Amino acid sequence: MTAELSPVAERTNTETITLTIDGKSVEAAKGATVLEAALANDIYIPTLCYDPDLKPYGACRLCVVEIEGMRGLPTSCTTEAKDGMIVHTDTEKVNQSRRSTMELLMANHHGNCFTCAKNQDCELLKIARYLGMDEAHFNRFREREEVLAIDDSHPAFIYDPNKCILCAKCVRACHEIAGVGAIDLAFRGDESKVSTFGDKPILESICESCGECVSRCPTGALIPRHKKQAVRETKTVCPYCGVGCSIYLGTRGNEIVSVRGDDQSPVNKGGLCVKGRFGFDFINHPDRLTKPLIRNAGKGKDIKVDGDLHEVFREASWEEALDLVARRLSGIKDEYGPDRIGVLGSGKFTNEENYVVQKFARLVLGTNNVDHCARLCHASTVTGASAAFGRGAMSNSFSDIAAADLLFVIGSNTTDCHPIVGRIIRQGVNSGHTKLIVGDPRGIELASIASAHMQHKPGTDVALLNAMMHVIIEENLQDREFIENRTEGYEELAETVKNYPPEVGEDITGVPKDEIIKAARLFANAERAAVLYGMGITQHTTGTDNVKSVANLLMLTGNMGKEGTGFSPLRGQNNVQGACDMGALPNVFSGYQKVDNPEARTKFESAWNCSGLADKPGMPVTEMTASISSGDIKAMYIAGENPLMSEPSLNHAREEMQQLDFLVVQDIFPTETAMVADVILPAAAFAEKEGTFTNTERRVQKLRKAVDPPGEAKPDWQIIDSVAERLGHPFSYQNPADIMDEIASVTPIYGGIHHDRLEGEGLQWPCPDREHPGTTILHKDGFARGLGKFHGVEYKPPAEAASKDYPLILTTGRVLEHWHTGSMSRRSDVLDELSPKGVLDINPGDASNIGVESGDVVTLTSKRGSIDVPVNITSKMAPGIAFMAFHWKESPANVLTNAALDPIAKIPEFKVSAVKAVKN
Amino acid sequence: MHFQDIKERAISQWETMQNSPTPRILVGMGTCGRAAGGEDIFDTLSREIQDQNIKCDLIQVGCIGLCYAEPLIEVVKPGKPSVFYGNLTPELTAEIVKDYLAGDDPRPDLALGTRGEGTLEGIPKLFDLPVLRSQVRISLRNCGNINPESIDPYIANGGFQGLERALGMKRQEVIDEIKQSGLRGRGGAGFPAGVKWQFCYDAPGDTKYVICNADEGDPGAFMDRSLLEGDPFSVLEGIVIGSYAMGASVAYIYIRAEYPLAIQRLVSAIEQMENYGLLGENIMESGVDIHIKIKEGAGAFVCGEETALMASIEGSRGMPRPRPPFPAQSGLWGKPTNINNVETWSNVPIILQNGADWYAGYGTEKSKGTKNFSLAGKVNRTGLIEVPMGITLREIVYEIGGGIPEGKELKAIQTGGPSGGFIPTNLLDLSVDYESLAEAGSIMGSGGMVIMDEDTCMVDTAKFFLSFTHAESCGKCVPCRCGTKQMLDILEDITNGEGRPGDIELLEELAQSLKNSALCGLGQTAPNPVLTSLEYFRNEYEEHIFKKRCVALHCKNLVSFYILPDKCTGCGKCARKCPVEAIAGGKRMVHVIDQSKCIKCGTCFDVCPSKFSAVVKVSGETVEVPSEPIPVKKKEKAKE
Repeated sequence: MTAELSPVAERTNTETITLTIDGKSVEAAKGATVLEAALANDIYIPTLCYDPDLKPYGACRLCVVEIEGMRGLPTSCTTEAKDGMIVHTDTEKVNQSRRSTMELLMANHHGNCFTCAKNQDCELLKIARYLGMDEAHFNRFREREEVLAIDDSHPAFIYDPNKCILCAKCVRACHEIAGVGAIDLAFRGDESKVSTFGDKPILESICESCGECVSRCPTGALIPRHKKQAVRETKTVCPYCGVGCSIYLGTRGNEIVSVRGDDQSPVNKGGLCVKGRFGFDFINHPDRLTKPLIRNAGKGKDIKVDGDLHEVFREASWEEALDLVARRLSGIKDEYGPDRIGVLGSGKFTNEENYVVQKFARLVLGTNNVDHCARLCHASTVTGASAAFGRGAMSNSFSDIAAADLLFVIGSNTTDCHPIVGRIIRQGVNSGHTKLIVGDPRGIELASIASAHMQHKPGTDVALLNAMMHVIIEENLQDREFIENRTEGYEELAETVKNYPPEVGEDITGVPKDEIIKAARLFANAERAAVLYGMGITQHTTGTDNVKSVANLLMLTGNMGKEGTGFSPLRGQNNVQGACDMGALPNVFSGYQKVDNPEARTKFESAWNCSGLADKPGMPVTEMTASISSGDIKAMYIAGENPLMSEPSLNHAREEMQQLDFLVVQDIFPTETAMVADVILPAAAFAEKEGTFTNTERRVQKLRKAVDPPGEAKPDWQIIDSVAERLGHPFSYQNPADIMDEIASVTPIYGGIHHDRLEGEGLQWPCPDREHPGTTILHKDGFARGLGKFHGVEYKPPAEAASKDYPLILTTGRVLEHWHTGSMSRRSDVLDELSPKGVLDINPGDASNIGVESGDVVTLTSKRGSIDVPVNITSKMAPGIAFMAFHWKESPANVLTNAALDPIAKIPEFKVSAVKAVKN
Repeated sequence: MHFQDIKERAISQWETMQNSPTPRILVGMGTCGRAAGGEDIFDTLSREIQDQNIKCDLIQVGCIGLCYAEPLIEVVKPGKPSVFYGNLTPELTAEIVKDYLAGDDPRPDLALGTRGEGTLEGIPKLFDLPVLRSQVRISLRNCGNINPESIDPYIANGGFQGLERALGMKRQEVIDEIKQSGLRGRGGAGFPAGVKWQFCYDAPGDTKYVICNADEGDPGAFMDRSLLEGDPFSVLEGIVIGSYAMGASVAYIYIRAEYPLAIQRLVSAIEQMENYGLLGENIMESGVDIHIKIKEGAGAFVCGEETALMASIEGSRGMPRPRPPFPAQSGLWGKPTNINNVETWSNVPIILQNGADWYAGYGTEKSKGTKNFSLAGKVNRTGLIEVPMGITLREIVYEIGGGIPEGKELKAIQTGGPSGGFIPTNLLDLSVDYESLAEAGSIMGSGGMVIMDEDTCMVDTAKFFLSFTHAESCGKCVPCRCGTKQMLDILEDITNGEGRPGDIELLEELAQSLKNSALCGLGQTAPNPVLTSLEYFRNEYEEHIFKKRCVALHCKNLVSFYILPDKCTGCGKCARKCPVEAIAGGKRMVHVIDQSKCIKCGTCFDVCPSKFSAVVKVSGETVEVPSEPIPVKKKEKAKE
């Protein structure tokens, strides 16, 4: 806080100054340090503690220079460059000082360069060479004798303090960039070391394993465990969450050996989370599907989840498998009609593949029964926001989150589920720039830095938001001008929220009314406020209502269409936004063009050179899986999804799916769903193919192939094309760029998006034509639907309430280290070691009622099934509320969840299930 | 209540007390007094007074500065000058109660001196004593004189009149007054206080902070502690005046947690000031709000450095950061901040009260006013002293300090603590002011002054100071973290007799490197003890390295003990006491020390009866002694 100079990345000054460095007149940005001025002009100055992303630190003293008119040897990293300054960076006096400093460091540095993993990349060694230091220099001083203990507790990296030069880049990155503060310097003088709280092993600390420290260590002190050197690097996009971090995959042969964040990316600015940095070993996992598999005759589908794949299936050629798929699908289509077949695209597919999937369903099979996992996460965002604004996507960009004065995070455990966005929030709050309100039934990490934390009961979001709006209107804090000029339906809203004074809010939500009032005032009084939310808002029978309420709050306070404001649904899968954009939905073609709109149909019929496209919206996935036993769905083609981990009420879903006449699963791993398939088709993973992903801020980014698919696995678009060909509709695309050209021609919001335009930072849609630069902020001058619409939304309780038999409310979600159904992250050694099993978080009071201690296993039962899971007692949970994540097949939380649906969005109420826990 | 009323009441109370027919006894209860047994004396007094049914008030006061004479009391009887008694024991205290309080014998044999009007037979005036004669008490004006736990005596003695005057002046006028007084920062660097205030005042921003640095960390320094314990109000009043002048509404006192008594007295003083409306909202009905918060430090020396101190207040690890920006531009929580130390603040009220010119009347041309020192080490009268700038070191050591104990030779004076240096005897007539001390290679520092006699090994003493800075380095910058370690290792080797040729040059090189490239003052000044000892006592380094000789006979590895055969009477005392059985002998045998077994503990040297003085301690030389015990040579009886 006391340092005046900010990291170079944060400076925006465009003025320049002129100074002389080593006799050369150079220009530099005003406010730049002498070091930055030199580096920007290709003048090398050695340094070990400088990092352009971090505040100047001035510790290593190697960047000292002579500046005429200044005493002594100032450090160039902490001295601001001034107009007319005359700097000498390479004098004998300067180098003498540098050599002395280096000698001190080397005398204190234990380790053999030859065996050190850092070796060629070691900054210490580089500077020693630059200064021409030799053996004699290193032997003049007394050598340190003490050998310090190595911390090798972490599965991903090792800390060897003997090689540490205390530049504190790791510590500063952990504080300034990650906002975690798991490590700091401890002890004094030459006993100083990088330490966790209480000097415990790093694994026992609050470390979030993002590896930001490892990536910045200039020596061999912090090194990844897997130290194979990459031979080449490929720029692509992280396959985990919807943030869409830009990464470089380092490869050696056909193996991925390293990952680093792309520091030029506007999305992640070089940063990564634990999954993005250490979670890519799944690509080379032996479980990868390498050949098409056909179910052995006589093998029933009621086998155990983790049955032996090769006992149940036999390997087949692509020809045989594809022929079988085509024959069975056309047979069922001919016998029962096209609408008895359901197709699932994927939030993990590229845009091009999702486009091909929906085209396959609509054109080849002739049904609108196409959907994907957005149904389970943000379907209500699309319905709610479309009603309010006319568009279902995030209105602003990540840069707006950084620019906001106030952030209201509701129903999003952002630091776990969207870690890089969580980091932006933390950075803003830690720097004092941003205030934070958290609305969450759990005491999530962000709550600890929030100005207000409303710990509301699951499923009471509408009441909470209405109560806040009641206060805002009551205290006359609404944005009258915005309401007047930009919206309609205000009276309806005002009328409705009248019935939700804070007292009523407190009754329903359990949040003390003063906290509601405080949050309302904070929000309304902020110059620029944004709401960020996740599945805590969407996964409810009132999901659409919840989203409408969020929209109400934003419009009421005029926080739409401006920088630093906006509506930010944080999308889950890396390309769930794109899958929606591409029309892998039962009611729309790509670009949200409705299937029941004749004009849209005509357009696609002409583009696809066909006629008679189905005009009725198809079934969402939640209805498909519930319509098998009734015979309404006979066959499914599931590509890149794993509903038998992700569907609610899993036991029931399994019973249903087992009854399918024919199931094709196309995936990279033998998932729980694949085990009940008739045919399994091996697909290429993200690192093995080309295409585009669209992240949550609508940024279309290019995916590039880094390695070949294993065995006979193929990119999904090619597999679908092969099936289509056998069904008489060959698509004949040469490559994904071709597909994107077709997408652009039929999808106005993607009209200007072509692969050749995506080499740099990507483009944010809407981008209607080739010249268009993309759109960072939606609804700027007007809403997509014209006027923004307020909805008066009444509170409705969740479908299930706690009862005598089921006294606890279970809410589900994710953890930082894992991804959704675990098919990828559970096959990453590092991630699985960090988080090997599910736990049930409960309040100490509930634990004592049940009679359990942390670690005891309970049987958790809802009306829909039971699982066994160990308990973790934490006061972050409110009494009566329990939480668990749904990643572990050993304790699949979705066995318990409620399949009750939001009537409009058809999203299940994952967030509220009544359960009981009994000690085993 | 208006301040005027408060003041009148306080003065009248004070006068009543001064003129009271009831005798009173002031007991030195600073940390020094307590450590010397002041609490026992206080208890004895209470008991005796009660037992003998004497009417007498007992008042606890802070350190008057005569630490060498603690426990110390001052007995005030109406109509007589008060009498100071020092080096008391409970028994002596009881005698004084009996003889002087109950009786009329002031016991000149026990008295140190008198204070106030009149004289007592056989007792000198306290302030005529050499120890006090040349002292000028401005900063310490109230120490030992008033009860530090009560605000009224402070007010009665002129307290808050400086604040009253300041609040009637424009902020800039207050700053000008401080500038004109010539007051310089007493924390060490001696930067003009008024100029520093001006920087903070001129810095843009509505929120500003003022900090009092009470993180006194120099080994052997206790000026600030004594001042805070003896007169917390003057420091607090100074802070309030400064906060007003610079426009700060919150001030912090950063104080070591190791000073519990000072903290307790500050807390109590703050509360009393708030109750009187002299702190908090609307001070003296001026509309000015100033709050003072206390932040306890965890005992890191580096937190005396301004930027590290601020980091610590902010809750971070106390590590310095590069300057600029200076605290006046971007300090605590990024706001303009002014930091002065305890002693500087204590001078502020009286400057405002008596005027800049009065203050500037003391001291030299460039160093105005007085300076507090804690006089410690090998000197007869240790204690807290306040002297006018410009006094000579000789006056301090020989007049105030009373010279070196046991008639030994003065070797060096160390000023400025671990950042300072050694001044040799040939510079004894050096004037004590910022410039002269710097010229001699040392610094004024915050006021530590350690006197060293002939038994002091300068290499070892330099090592002591360096081990301190080495241990207290925050570890942030390489030169300080690794450089002090290297220097310490080298000094360690030298004092162990393992010094190598070239070590002196290496020390000098490292010292230069630290001076030039360390991040903060701690590292930049850490080599000073080594550099000044090398300048003035280089021969001692050379003797250690090349002759393996410690002239002060201090460095254990370089000294040896021998038993002189001519003097040993074979009494066997040394052999019996030797903890490692290194001495062979026998009845009436000349004893012999086995040098390979000897651990140089010095026990034999100490226990050998002085009438024999048979054991000698030497360094860098060997003494011819028999290899095995031989019979003691029969001495001819001295002929009468």
